[in-house]
Amino acid sequence: MTDKAIASPAAPAATSHSGLGQWLRAPVPASPFHARMQQLWLQWRRLHANGSALFGLCVIVILLLAALFAPLLATHDIFEQNLAARLLAPSAEHWLGTDELGRDVYSRLLFGARITLYIALLTTVIVAPIGLIVGTTAGYLGGWVDTVLMRIVDVFLAFPNLILALAFVAALGPGIENAIIAISLASWPPIARLARAETLTIRKSDYIAAVRLQGASSLRIIFGHIMPMCIPSVVVRVTLNMAAIILTAAGLGFLGLGAQPPSPEWGTMLSSGREFVMTSWWIAAIPGTAILLTSLAFNLLGDGLRDILDPRHG
Amino acid sequence: MKPSRPLIEAIGLSISFGPQHARNRVVDDVSFRIGKGEAYGLIGESGCGKSTILRALSGLNGEYEGALTLNDRELPKKRDKEFFRRAQMVFQDPFGSLHPRKIVEKVLSEPLKIHGFDRHSERIAETLDAVGLGPSFRYRYPHELSGGQRQRVAIARALIIEPDILLLDEPTSALDVSVQAEILNLLKRLRIERNLTYLMVSHDLAVIAHICERAGMMHRGRIIEELTAGQIRKSEAREDYTREFLQASVEAVARDAEVVA
Repeated sequence: MTDKAIASPAAPAATSHSGLGQWLRAPVPASPFHARMQQLWLQWRRLHANGSALFGLCVIVILLLAALFAPLLATHDIFEQNLAARLLAPSAEHWLGTDELGRDVYSRLLFGARITLYIALLTTVIVAPIGLIVGTTAGYLGGWVDTVLMRIVDVFLAFPNLILALAFVAALGPGIENAIIAISLASWPPIARLARAETLTIRKSDYIAAVRLQGASSLRIIFGHIMPMCIPSVVVRVTLNMAAIILTAAGLGFLGLGAQPPSPEWGTMLSSGREFVMTSWWIAAIPGTAILLTSLAFNLLGDGLRDILDPRHG
Repeated sequence: MKPSRPLIEAIGLSISFGPQHARNRVVDDVSFRIGKGEAYGLIGESGCGKSTILRALSGLNGEYEGALTLNDRELPKKRDKEFFRRAQMVFQDPFGSLHPRKIVEKVLSEPLKIHGFDRHSERIAETLDAVGLGPSFRYRYPHELSGGQRQRVAIARALIIEPDILLLDEPTSALDVSVQAEILNLLKRLRIERNLTYLMVSHDLAVIAHICERAGMMHRGRIIEELTAGQIRKSEAREDYTREFLQASVEAVARDAEVVA
């Protein structure tokens, strides 16, 4: 059985559905790819059993689809103003009503998802590697490298997130790109802290001592052995952080320092709906609910990922 | 029995920990010699400094006084790659010494990459075979293996770059008794097959008597006397402390002697 599994390449087994299931449950993995896929399968099974995480994932997937297919799903032009049809309540013609300039809220919400996800994903892509590299390097090398890097982190951590982002946007000028840079600058330090804390516990372990005794360089140890151990907690942290990023982006938009008015960013929409909140609740409530739901979804998914990715669960 | 020139020699080795004003001398002026192909043991109760010596020799702890030599040449405090190729270590806890996110194949190919070996795939297969693990273990994660299997992987990882010295830090104390015997027999067989030199640390006399020809009895950071395996089995010791220590575990040694015979 063993020898057969080794001899035959893994791919042909994956043709039919039952074949795929068998392949994923095979007791002896036949290649590194096979072993990796089996691990992913187990993790997926665990995610599947976790209701709230699955809900979070569904919301995020729906959001991604909505953002992707926004031009197909939208019923109206998002920039076209129609003052005759301003402040209309939700109806068959305008599913989520219209705003103070007569623009369709539903269509704007769809395009707003693009901006929100763009900010959240781009910030994460910038923040996670920087935090990871700074944190693991400081934690593994220790000494003055650690002191210098962590004091820099302390300086950033001394300011509240939004205030720091505000200061950077004020310096760089308003706009989505600058908002992303500002939010990134404000949100890498907690990740560096987390990665450093993880590294401090990992560097003392026998498996790191073992690679050191094999003559591995610090660079190889940090990138090849410490980082893979830090990635799960960083992924969890980043997912939980997405909610904060979305809120900060919306906050900047609300204050007029993020996306600029004609663009349908949720924070900006919320801000313009504020004046009409007593008479036309939907203008503020709908982007507000979207922000709430998205943040909640990322939080639930992050919580679930923490249970799934923890290496101690094996 | 004693070869003329030792492969490894410790001369006046002292190791201290703690801040300047409250130095704690853990190893105090220890000297020993290990010939090529010999298996030398360090025995003693916990905290006597035996593992500290091993860590200093392996290069994990560079802060020691005195000298450690290999082939009559003093080892630099910061070991070079060539030393790591010649001397490898097996750790006490097989649950902690394998990277939890790397499959066996990756664990074994890492040292090959570091030291620029060729024929990775064949070497991995050969070494797995040598430690008694079949090809079916090649793509397993450590958490899918038992303690004994993990320790075999750890031994394979140490052996794959063909070192001539193996430093063994209580390699069986974390395993249950039936598996202990298997691992000990494996270590014994590998030493003969590959002409390895062992330095083994243990608090278990039976283990030392099984593997090593000579052993140093450690007490409070010093080697108080050296014994041969035969002397350990017959409980022939000069020092009172050693006699007490031997007496305390005499039944275990006797039992082991039966198993070996």
